[in-house]
Amino acid sequence: MSLEVLAVDDSRTMRDMLNLALSSAGFTAHLAEDGEHGLEVLKTIEPDVIITDINMPRLDGFGFINAIRSEEKWSRVPILVLTTESADELKAKARAAGATGWIVKPFDPAKLVKALQMVAG
Amino acid sequence: MTEQNKHIDSDSVELLSFRVGDQDYSVDIMSVREIRGSAKATSLPHSPSFVKGVINLRGTVLPIIDLAARLGLENGVESERNVIIVVDFGGRTAGLMVDAVSDILAIPHDEMQPPPDLAADQAHTFVSALTVVDDRMIRILDLASVFPPRDEEAA
Amino acid sequence: MSDPMAEIRASFFIEAEELLESLQDGLQLMVDGDTDPETVNVVFRAVHSIKGGAGAFGLDDLVAFAHRFETVMDEVRAERFHPNAETIRLFFSCADILGDLVRAARDDEPVDEAVTAPVLEKLELLVGIEEEVEEELDFTPSTLTLDFSGDGGLPDLPDLPDLEPFPEPIDGAGSEARSGFRVTFKPHVALYTSGNEPLYLLRALRDLGDITLTCDCSAIPDLPNFDPEVAYLTWDIEVATEEDHQAVVEVFEFVEGLCELVITPLSGANPAEDDQSSIDMAQSSLADLPIAPSPPTAPEDLPSAQPVVEAPKGPEPAPIVETVATPDAPTPQTEDETSASTPPRTPPTPTQPRATVRVDLERIDRLVNLVGELVINQAMLSQSVTEAGLQPNSPVSTGLEEFQQLTRDIQESVMMIRAQPIKSLFQRMGRIVRESSASVGKDARLHTDGENTEVDKTVIERLADPLTHMIRNAVDHGLETTEQRLAAGKPAEGHVTLTARHRSGRILIEVADDGAGINRARVRQKAVEKGLISEDAALSDSDIDNLLFMPGFSTAAEVSNLSGRGVGMDVVRSAIQALGGRITITSQEGKGTTFSISLPLTLAVLDGMVVRVAGETLVVPLNAILETLTLTDNDLKALGPETHVVQIRSGFVPLLDLGAELGYRTPCESYVGGIVLLIGQEDGNHAALVVDAIEDQRQVVIKGLEASYGRVPGIAAATILGDGQIALILDPVDLVGQASGRTKSPKSQFALEA
Repeated sequence: MSLEVLAVDDSRTMRDMLNLALSSAGFTAHLAEDGEHGLEVLKTIEPDVIITDINMPRLDGFGFINAIRSEEKWSRVPILVLTTESADELKAKARAAGATGWIVKPFDPAKLVKALQMVAG
Repeated sequence: MTEQNKHIDSDSVELLSFRVGDQDYSVDIMSVREIRGSAKATSLPHSPSFVKGVINLRGTVLPIIDLAARLGLENGVESERNVIIVVDFGGRTAGLMVDAVSDILAIPHDEMQPPPDLAADQAHTFVSALTVVDDRMIRILDLASVFPPRDEEAA
Repeated sequence: MSDPMAEIRASFFIEAEELLESLQDGLQLMVDGDTDPETVNVVFRAVHSIKGGAGAFGLDDLVAFAHRFETVMDEVRAERFHPNAETIRLFFSCADILGDLVRAARDDEPVDEAVTAPVLEKLELLVGIEEEVEEELDFTPSTLTLDFSGDGGLPDLPDLPDLEPFPEPIDGAGSEARSGFRVTFKPHVALYTSGNEPLYLLRALRDLGDITLTCDCSAIPDLPNFDPEVAYLTWDIEVATEEDHQAVVEVFEFVEGLCELVITPLSGANPAEDDQSSIDMAQSSLADLPIAPSPPTAPEDLPSAQPVVEAPKGPEPAPIVETVATPDAPTPQTEDETSASTPPRTPPTPTQPRATVRVDLERIDRLVNLVGELVINQAMLSQSVTEAGLQPNSPVSTGLEEFQQLTRDIQESVMMIRAQPIKSLFQRMGRIVRESSASVGKDARLHTDGENTEVDKTVIERLADPLTHMIRNAVDHGLETTEQRLAAGKPAEGHVTLTARHRSGRILIEVADDGAGINRARVRQKAVEKGLISEDAALSDSDIDNLLFMPGFSTAAEVSNLSGRGVGMDVVRSAIQALGGRITITSQEGKGTTFSISLPLTLAVLDGMVVRVAGETLVVPLNAILETLTLTDNDLKALGPETHVVQIRSGFVPLLDLGAELGYRTPCESYVGGIVLLIGQEDGNHAALVVDAIEDQRQVVIKGLEASYGRVPGIAAATILGDGQIALILDPVDLVGQASGRTKSPKSQFALEA
């Protein structure tokens, strides 16, 4: 199943990697550089799932998720958080912010796809 | 051009022979990039007398060495017959101004001999080997000594 | 198309350089007392992103170092650690080493542990001090940071201290249970509101092996009591799988805490494992979070959920069974690694447009060269058209004019590609100052200004070595020792200032120190000792200063390991000159020394005035020419037996015959009526150059002479004119500097050696 994915990360390398992993899996990848940019992109697309980094300039991942969840339209979209920490603290934070799941960086493309399928079919 | 000794075997070297003044010289054909007619050179200030100047070789600046002057021969009469042999040596390219190109020769290594150790008036010799073809002595040019030393600036 | 991973890897190293730059910037701001949390954040993010990318490419050395650095910066960010000047210096070293590691990783070079180890140790010490605090901090922020999203938190998360990525069972325990697992799964509302979807979880479970699914709908109340906001369903799933316990736990990784979950092996169960595996964390607090709640829709979507209403009650309910066959897809893959290596199925699809593209420098250089040829070609064409005698307003001529304009535009655009801020170079100098001052035990600091000045990339690259040497010199020889500074009433910290700016079509770079200035008596004595000058030579201050540029000159009484490497200022000067630049020195006793480098904007083109002298065509850089004038008898004054000066307004300027200076001719009988170019120099000195005629003013493409021939005194480079002929480009400053100044003909014709 082909998913439409919005991936938000301030690191160009990480965006490139996400893009490659997603496109290789046959998904459509939309990329944004930070939370603000992500919200802008969201005005033009309807992704099946959103992947976001936490540490970002302007609007960080938590703020981004909050903003998404505060809109009725996006209240149920699965959101995966990208994090280099595997600490439960961060999972808890992410979940509390409204994230659906998380992906630990550096991610394994196969695991990324698996995680996406776990939250978006 | 005469037609002779064209056969090439692995033990021989191919030379491009040419005339400068009244003498026969040659260079390894592998170092020859092209042969072209003379062009008006732009002279370089403060350069040695044997540096004719520079010409435009398809967009690159090519220094021209007046070989007769470089070898200390009588100044070759500058005529329309002057020919420029563009040679590569040690990553550098220069044009050698000669009177005329003669022939391409395949000379077996064992027919080449070192120049006799004459107490020449010049500190360095420009000839690396000698050979004889049809009773003419052909001098094989040592390009390393012909090229002007690289960093001779006055600064 | 090349390997996409290799491309991303290459782009990572480019991004890393940018991150290193913002890291340096951030640290500099911190030094300057910036307390904006975002500044620390920028520093943290830079390290963090480098670590992230490095991890993706398995650059372990880099990851390890970045991780330690990041940990400390995280402490700073959280305001648990307050850096002082010394720690920020340490951070700078870390940033420097991080840069080294990035470059080492990029070039596949080994990393010398001797470099990283001491700094790591220091960092460890910082972290170590904080260690106890950190332990408990691992717990607190989870609830603290939750505040912004509501009241809650995850109070009793049982596995908080566990830093493993996943809650893992005891090693090996799961792997013994071969035949499969029974999973009881009861989602809480929070599971739905967090965007999770049971259907997908069940599908993921199905991917592990054949599943037998039972939906317990017994909790669903009568319709009047039915609350769409409440989760009622419980699933019982039997998975026949060869996968271990861990694989099953992973399926529910994201919903851990958002559901009741019991996983038991189907057979050969081991009671201890049961305890391990039951992740029963009824958490209702999340449901209270003010996340826009909406009804759990999942059950309706489930194929197994249809007969919901008739579901009987009981501990062993008559199950609604649906066996889902495993799809054609990968049945039990034993190791995650196997699936990880599955090759990509489809080629990447184009996505969002990118703001930048990465281009090989070679391609740009080729473009620059081609454009150079185009400019020459266009000039030749124009000349032919002019010679053909076409009307100026004929279609060909107007077309050609447009062509000329276009060519110029293209050329400028292409040159812009090569230009980049000099900042990266300046930042490297910051490190030189830090390292060299530390090594000679001086307290020194670099100030930079104009770091956004754009300079040709090649110029920047080739400036690195000479500039490094000059900065080292400034710290090593320019600045006094701390004791001397204090004795002289100066602040202990010495300052080296590096500035860049555009000035009249050139780049001006200055390296200034606030040290003691040049000790001219010592320089002079040294030059005499070395036989560079005679004992009684009459030298101005400026002459003495310029002795520093003499080959083999070194003022250091003791050769330090920094600048005393056999590389003198003469080498620096040669390097600058090779770039078409000039270097000058000014010094004030007790106040310091300033080296000024003037460079062309680009190495490729030049606006020049085409002149003729003694039958030769020459190009004079336009930016060197202040004005042109025709000499009258009144302007010319003889000075001494062989020279003239020109009176220009109230000043006197030496007259130089360009033809004579270049050795093309002997001085003329008279210069009255001669055409003169007034040349201005960086040092404010002027000279009047006599030429025979001014022909044109145009942009020319610079063709280096050095590679093919060597340096020619007074000549900067060559160019090819419209007629295909080569013209030399004058280096006015070099020419004036070496000029004989003879404008009266003595007997000797060989008096013109420079």
